[in-house]
Amino acid sequence: MKERTFLEITRLSAVELQWKRRFSASVASVFKALTTPDLVQQWLTGPPGMTMPICEIDLRVGGRFRYVWQRPDGKEMGMGGEFKELSPPNRIVHTELFDEDWTGGETVVTTTLAEQDGGTLLTCTVRYSSRSARDAALRTGMGDGVAHSYAQLDTFLAGRQP
Amino acid sequence: MPDVLDAAFAALSNPTRRAIIARLADGYATVNELVEPFSLSQPTISRHLKVLENAGLISRSRVAQSRPCHLETGPLAQIDGWLEKYREVLEANYVRLDSVLDVLEAERKNR
Repeated sequence: MKERTFLEITRLSAVELQWKRRFSASVASVFKALTTPDLVQQWLTGPPGMTMPICEIDLRVGGRFRYVWQRPDGKEMGMGGEFKELSPPNRIVHTELFDEDWTGGETVVTTTLAEQDGGTLLTCTVRYSSRSARDAALRTGMGDGVAHSYAQLDTFLAGRQP
Repeated sequence: MPDVLDAAFAALSNPTRRAIIARLADGYATVNELVEPFSLSQPTISRHLKVLENAGLISRSRVAQSRPCHLETGPLAQIDGWLEKYREVLEANYVRLDSVLDVLEAERKNR
Protein backbone atom coordinates (compact mmCIF):
# COMPACT_ATOMS: atom_id res chain seq x y z
CA MET A 1 0.00 0.00 0.00
CA LYS A 2 1.39 3.33 -1.03
CA GLU A 3 0.52 6.42 0.92
CA ARG A 4 -1.03 9.05 -1.35
CA THR A 5 0.94 12.23 -0.89
CA PHE A 6 -0.39 15.59 -1.94
CA LEU A 7 2.27 17.98 -3.04
CA GLU A 8 2.20 21.37 -1.43
CA ILE A 9 4.37 24.21 -2.66
CA THR A 10 5.32 26.63 0.09
CA ARG A 11 6.57 30.17 -0.31
CA LEU A 12 9.56 29.97 1.97
CA SER A 13 10.76 33.53 1.48
CA ALA A 14 10.38 36.30 -1.05
CA VAL A 15 12.54 34.47 -3.59
CA GLU A 16 12.28 30.86 -2.47
CA LEU A 17 9.76 28.11 -3.05
CA GLN A 18 9.90 24.78 -1.31
CA TRP A 19 8.11 21.47 -1.49
CA LYS A 20 8.48 18.13 0.26
CA ARG A 21 7.59 14.65 -0.91
CA ARG A 22 7.89 11.24 0.74
CA PHE A 23 9.03 8.16 -1.17
CA SER A 24 8.77 4.58 -0.02
CA ALA A 25 12.36 3.78 -0.99
CA SER A 26 15.80 4.10 0.53
CA VAL A 27 17.71 7.36 0.39
CA ALA A 28 20.31 5.62 -1.81
CA SER A 29 17.66 4.60 -4.34
CA VAL A 30 16.11 8.07 -4.49
CA PHE A 31 19.53 9.64 -4.98
CA LYS A 32 20.25 7.18 -7.78
CA ALA A 33 16.91 7.90 -9.48
CA LEU A 34 17.57 11.65 -9.32
CA THR A 35 21.09 11.50 -10.73
CA THR A 36 21.23 8.60 -13.23
CA PRO A 37 20.37 9.70 -16.79
CA ASP A 38 18.46 6.64 -17.96
CA LEU A 39 16.37 6.74 -14.77
CA VAL A 40 15.75 10.50 -14.91
CA GLN A 41 14.52 10.03 -18.50
CA GLN A 42 11.82 7.70 -17.18
CA TRP A 43 10.21 10.07 -14.72
CA LEU A 44 11.18 13.73 -15.23
CA THR A 45 9.08 13.99 -18.37
CA GLY A 46 6.61 16.67 -17.31
CA PRO A 47 3.20 16.99 -18.97
CA PRO A 48 1.60 14.02 -20.74
CA GLY A 49 3.00 13.26 -24.17
CA MET A 50 6.43 14.70 -23.52
CA THR A 51 9.63 12.72 -23.56
CA MET A 52 13.20 13.51 -22.57
CA PRO A 53 15.41 12.35 -25.45
CA ILE A 54 18.55 13.96 -24.07
CA CYS A 55 19.73 13.66 -20.49
CA GLU A 56 23.36 14.23 -19.65
CA ILE A 57 24.58 14.38 -16.06
CA ASP A 58 28.20 14.96 -15.06
CA LEU A 59 27.76 14.29 -11.37
CA ARG A 60 30.61 16.13 -9.70
CA VAL A 61 31.03 19.59 -8.23
CA GLY A 62 31.50 21.91 -11.20
CA GLY A 63 30.03 19.28 -13.52
CA ARG A 64 27.11 20.17 -15.74
CA PHE A 65 23.82 18.54 -16.63
CA ARG A 66 21.57 19.04 -19.61
CA TYR A 67 17.96 17.99 -20.15
CA VAL A 68 16.13 18.29 -23.45
CA TRP A 69 12.39 17.60 -23.60
CA GLN A 70 10.45 16.88 -26.74
CA ARG A 71 6.79 17.63 -27.31
CA PRO A 72 4.50 15.37 -29.31
CA ASP A 73 4.89 17.72 -32.32
CA GLY A 74 8.67 17.32 -32.20
CA LYS A 75 9.48 20.75 -30.76
CA GLU A 76 12.19 20.72 -28.14
CA MET A 77 13.00 22.71 -25.05
CA GLY A 78 16.19 22.51 -23.09
CA MET A 79 17.49 23.27 -19.64
CA GLY A 80 20.93 23.00 -18.16
CA GLY A 81 22.93 23.81 -15.09
CA GLU A 82 25.91 23.08 -12.89
CA PHE A 83 26.40 21.11 -9.69
CA LYS A 84 27.56 23.41 -6.91
CA GLU A 85 27.52 21.03 -3.92
CA LEU A 86 27.23 17.26 -3.72
CA SER A 87 26.98 15.13 -0.59
CA PRO A 88 25.77 11.75 -1.86
CA PRO A 89 23.23 10.50 -1.08
CA ASN A 90 21.79 13.34 1.01
CA ARG A 91 22.27 16.67 -0.67
CA ILE A 92 22.51 18.21 -4.13
CA VAL A 93 22.79 21.90 -4.91
CA HIS A 94 22.64 22.84 -8.56
CA THR A 95 21.91 25.83 -10.74
CA GLU A 96 19.47 25.62 -13.61
CA LEU A 97 18.46 27.77 -16.51
CA PHE A 98 15.95 27.16 -19.29
CA ASP A 99 17.36 27.88 -22.75
CA GLU A 100 14.76 30.61 -23.20
CA ASP A 101 15.64 32.07 -19.78
CA TRP A 102 12.08 32.41 -18.52
CA THR A 103 13.35 33.01 -15.03
CA GLY A 104 15.48 36.06 -15.76
CA GLY A 105 18.67 34.40 -14.62
CA GLU A 106 19.77 31.16 -13.05
CA THR A 107 17.79 29.58 -10.26
CA VAL A 108 19.52 27.64 -7.50
CA VAL A 109 17.92 24.35 -6.51
CA THR A 110 18.76 22.58 -3.26
CA THR A 111 17.58 19.00 -2.90
CA THR A 112 17.95 17.13 0.38
CA LEU A 113 17.09 13.51 1.05
CA ALA A 114 16.55 12.28 4.60
CA GLU A 115 15.53 8.92 5.93
CA GLN A 116 12.07 9.03 7.50
CA ASP A 117 10.15 6.05 8.85
CA GLY A 118 11.99 3.65 6.58
CA GLY A 119 11.32 5.82 3.53
CA THR A 120 12.82 9.01 2.21
CA LEU A 121 11.73 12.59 2.62
CA LEU A 122 12.75 14.75 -0.32
CA THR A 123 12.87 18.49 0.27
CA CYS A 124 13.37 20.71 -2.74
CA THR A 125 14.06 24.42 -2.41
CA VAL A 126 14.16 26.66 -5.47
CA ARG A 127 15.76 30.07 -5.16
CA TYR A 128 15.27 32.59 -7.92
CA SER A 129 18.00 34.97 -9.03
CA SER A 130 17.75 38.34 -7.38
CA ARG A 131 18.07 41.59 -9.20
CA SER A 132 17.02 44.90 -7.75
CA ALA A 133 13.76 44.98 -9.69
CA ARG A 134 13.17 41.29 -9.21
CA ASP A 135 13.61 41.69 -5.46
CA ALA A 136 10.87 44.27 -5.53
CA ALA A 137 8.70 41.95 -7.64
CA LEU A 138 9.15 39.10 -5.24
CA ARG A 139 8.50 41.09 -2.10
CA THR A 140 4.83 40.34 -2.35
CA GLY A 141 3.22 36.96 -2.62
CA MET A 142 1.79 37.94 -5.94
CA GLY A 143 5.16 38.76 -7.43
CA ASP A 144 6.38 35.43 -6.19
CA GLY A 145 3.52 33.56 -7.80
CA VAL A 146 3.88 35.41 -11.07
CA ALA A 147 7.61 34.86 -11.29
CA HIS A 148 7.22 31.22 -10.45
CA SER A 149 4.46 30.69 -12.98
CA TYR A 150 6.55 32.40 -15.56
CA ALA A 151 9.54 30.25 -14.76
CA GLN A 152 7.50 27.20 -15.61
CA LEU A 153 5.53 28.51 -18.57
CA ASP A 154 7.85 26.76 -20.97
CA THR A 155 6.97 23.46 -19.39
CA PHE A 156 3.25 24.15 -19.53
CA LEU A 157 3.25 25.35 -23.10
CA ALA A 158 5.38 22.44 -24.16
CA GLY A 159 2.66 20.16 -22.89
CA ARG A 160 -0.09 21.85 -24.88
CA GLN A 161 -1.15 20.40 -28.17
CA PRO A 162 -0.41 22.86 -31.01
CA MET B 1 -8.27 31.91 -23.37
CA PRO B 2 -4.63 31.26 -24.18
CA ASP B 3 -4.29 34.60 -26.01
CA VAL B 4 -4.94 36.43 -22.73
CA LEU B 5 -2.26 34.34 -21.06
CA ASP B 6 0.18 34.78 -23.94
CA ALA B 7 -0.15 38.56 -23.70
CA ALA B 8 0.14 38.49 -19.90
CA PHE B 9 3.22 36.28 -19.91
CA ALA B 10 4.87 38.34 -22.64
CA ALA B 11 4.28 41.49 -20.60
CA LEU B 12 5.61 39.78 -17.48
CA SER B 13 8.81 38.63 -19.20
CA ASN B 14 10.43 41.80 -17.93
CA PRO B 15 11.57 42.07 -14.28
CA THR B 16 10.71 45.77 -14.01
CA ARG B 17 7.16 45.09 -15.17
CA ARG B 18 6.85 42.26 -12.64
CA ALA B 19 8.08 44.67 -9.98
CA ILE B 20 5.44 47.20 -11.04
CA ILE B 21 2.74 44.51 -10.76
CA ALA B 22 4.01 43.62 -7.29
CA ARG B 23 3.91 47.27 -6.27
CA LEU B 24 0.35 47.66 -7.58
CA ALA B 25 -0.71 44.58 -5.64
CA ASP B 26 -0.27 46.81 -2.57
CA GLY B 27 -2.59 49.42 -4.03
CA TYR B 28 -2.93 51.89 -6.90
CA ALA B 29 -0.08 54.24 -7.77
CA THR B 30 0.62 57.18 -10.05
CA VAL B 31 3.46 57.18 -12.57
CA ASN B 32 5.46 59.49 -10.32
CA GLU B 33 4.99 57.16 -7.37
CA LEU B 34 6.33 54.33 -9.51
CA VAL B 35 9.33 56.27 -10.83
CA GLU B 36 10.95 56.74 -7.43
CA PRO B 37 11.43 53.16 -6.13
CA PHE B 38 12.65 51.87 -9.48
CA SER B 39 15.30 54.53 -10.19
CA LEU B 40 14.11 54.64 -13.79
CA SER B 41 13.08 57.64 -15.88
CA GLN B 42 9.46 58.64 -16.15
CA PRO B 43 9.31 57.83 -19.92
CA THR B 44 10.75 54.36 -19.24
CA ILE B 45 8.15 53.65 -16.56
CA SER B 46 5.43 54.97 -18.84
CA ARG B 47 6.53 52.60 -21.61
CA HIS B 48 6.36 49.66 -19.21
CA LEU B 49 2.91 50.76 -18.06
CA LYS B 50 1.72 50.88 -21.66
CA VAL B 51 2.82 47.26 -22.19
CA LEU B 52 1.06 46.16 -18.99
CA GLU B 53 -2.06 48.08 -19.95
CA ASN B 54 -2.15 46.55 -23.45
CA ALA B 55 -1.84 43.10 -21.88
CA GLY B 56 -4.85 43.84 -19.69
CA LEU B 57 -2.82 43.50 -16.50
CA ILE B 58 -3.41 47.07 -15.36
CA SER B 59 -5.85 49.86 -16.11
CA ARG B 60 -5.36 53.59 -15.77
CA SER B 61 -7.99 55.91 -14.47
CA ARG B 62 -9.20 58.47 -17.01
CA VAL B 63 -10.69 60.67 -14.30
CA ALA B 64 -7.84 62.03 -12.23
CA GLN B 65 -5.13 63.98 -14.05
CA SER B 66 -2.44 61.85 -12.48
CA ARG B 67 -4.10 58.80 -14.09
CA PRO B 68 -3.31 56.32 -11.29
CA CYS B 69 -2.67 52.70 -12.27
CA HIS B 70 -4.73 49.83 -10.90
CA LEU B 71 -4.14 46.13 -11.08
CA GLU B 72 -6.57 44.14 -13.20
CA THR B 73 -6.91 40.73 -11.64
CA GLY B 74 -8.41 38.76 -14.56
CA PRO B 75 -5.22 37.65 -16.35
CA LEU B 76 -3.38 37.20 -13.05
CA ALA B 77 -6.09 34.83 -11.85
CA GLN B 78 -5.46 32.75 -14.96
CA ILE B 79 -1.74 32.72 -14.22
CA ASP B 80 -2.56 31.33 -10.79
CA GLY B 81 -4.25 28.56 -12.70
CA TRP B 82 -0.96 27.89 -14.43
CA LEU B 83 0.78 27.61 -11.07
CA GLU B 84 -1.69 24.92 -10.15
CA LYS B 85 -0.90 23.18 -13.44
CA TYR B 86 2.78 23.29 -12.48
CA ARG B 87 1.98 21.59 -9.21
CA GLU B 88 0.15 18.88 -11.11
CA VAL B 89 3.11 18.34 -13.46
CA LEU B 90 5.48 18.13 -10.52
CA GLU B 91 3.21 15.65 -8.79
CA ALA B 92 2.96 13.55 -11.99
CA ASN B 93 6.77 13.50 -12.19
CA TYR B 94 6.94 12.19 -8.63
CA VAL B 95 4.30 9.53 -9.20
CA ARG B 96 6.46 8.25 -12.08
CA LEU B 97 9.48 8.47 -9.77
CA ASP B 98 7.58 6.23 -7.32
CA SER B 99 7.43 3.55 -10.04
CA VAL B 100 11.12 3.92 -10.90
CA LEU B 101 11.95 3.56 -7.21
CA ASP B 102 9.81 0.43 -6.87
CA VAL B 103 11.97 -1.21 -9.54
CA LEU B 104 15.20 -0.01 -7.91
CA GLU B 105 14.12 -1.27 -4.49
CA ALA B 106 13.12 -4.66 -5.93
CA GLU B 107 16.53 -4.96 -7.62
CA ARG B 108 18.27 -4.03 -4.38
CA LYS B 109 16.41 -6.68 -2.40
CA ASN B 110 17.13 -9.37 -4.99
CA ARG B 111 20.86 -8.79 -4.88
